[in-house]
Amino acid sequence: MSSDAGPSPRIRDGVRAALPLAPGPFVFGLSFGVLAEAAGMGAAAAVVMSATTFAGSAQFAAASILETGGTAAAAIVAAVLLNARYVALSVTVASIVPGRRLQRLAASQLIVDESWALAGRRGRFEWPILAGAGLLLYAAWVGSTALGTLIGGALSDPGAIGLDAAFAALFLALLFPYVRTRRALVAAALAAAITLALTPFVPPGASLVAASAACLLGLRR
Amino acid sequence: MTDAWVVVAAVGAVTVVFKAAGPVFLGRRALPRRAQSVVELLAPVMLTALVTTQTFGGEREVVVDARVPGVAAAALAVVLWRRLPIIAAMALAAAVTALARLAG
Repeated sequence: MSSDAGPSPRIRDGVRAALPLAPGPFVFGLSFGVLAEAAGMGAAAAVVMSATTFAGSAQFAAASILETGGTAAAAIVAAVLLNARYVALSVTVASIVPGRRLQRLAASQLIVDESWALAGRRGRFEWPILAGAGLLLYAAWVGSTALGTLIGGALSDPGAIGLDAAFAALFLALLFPYVRTRRALVAAALAAAITLALTPFVPPGASLVAASAACLLGLRR
Repeated sequence: MTDAWVVVAAVGAVTVVFKAAGPVFLGRRALPRRAQSVVELLAPVMLTALVTTQTFGGEREVVVDARVPGVAAAALAVVLWRRLPIIAAMALAAAVTALARLAG
């Protein structure tokens, strides 16, 4: 850790940097708890998932596939593919995570999109910022998931209040920042086409997994 | 074990390994460039597939129902106002869909 004095940041600087962002993951975690409960995952599984996976979009993907009657295998594959980008994020911060092997294993779990982005905001990656931000976001995420499962349990008919459309809108809003390049746009369009074409013929969730083939466009130079 | 717990265990275990990939397994080595481009496309591709199934998915059929105006309203709002909080987009979609269901 950075114990040296001077301008090097501390963990609490990371916590402070993430404070303005915390309401986002908090509300997001609440809605994950609601969806997980509506999907019949059960409150305990939802909270354990938030504590171990700690990655919003993959968790939503898994819960929504289970909710629409998809198989466990489809939910796992979709969530794993969504989280594969963490390999790329993780590699960029490999040299700043301190400690022995096991400590680094634990510490690296604090990598999420927001903590990663904050840690690199000064042009180089700073571990205390990543750790502080990650800790705050982790607490917000797990705590709000638990709260959300209570709310979800109280909802009688999620369909009537348009919850299904809300989750489509959620994925859409998450998607938006990714489609800034032509290649991403083409890959996204291809994925939509594959999904629609396969929906009548395969079980729910399987079309999603097939659509992942669109990422092979990345092999083109 | 129920389906939900199988999913929780498998996704959790794989994600732990993914997040540790750099600091624990790869060290300072970088991903090959083409692998990097494929990985970068995974998120937009999977999110698009999710939007598609959540909007049009039915029991082995493509369905156009009250979800479509809700999602369309959210899409328009996100495009028009880039800094729209996600929860606002979700609330808009839910409200429009619920109204469409009441009307239909």
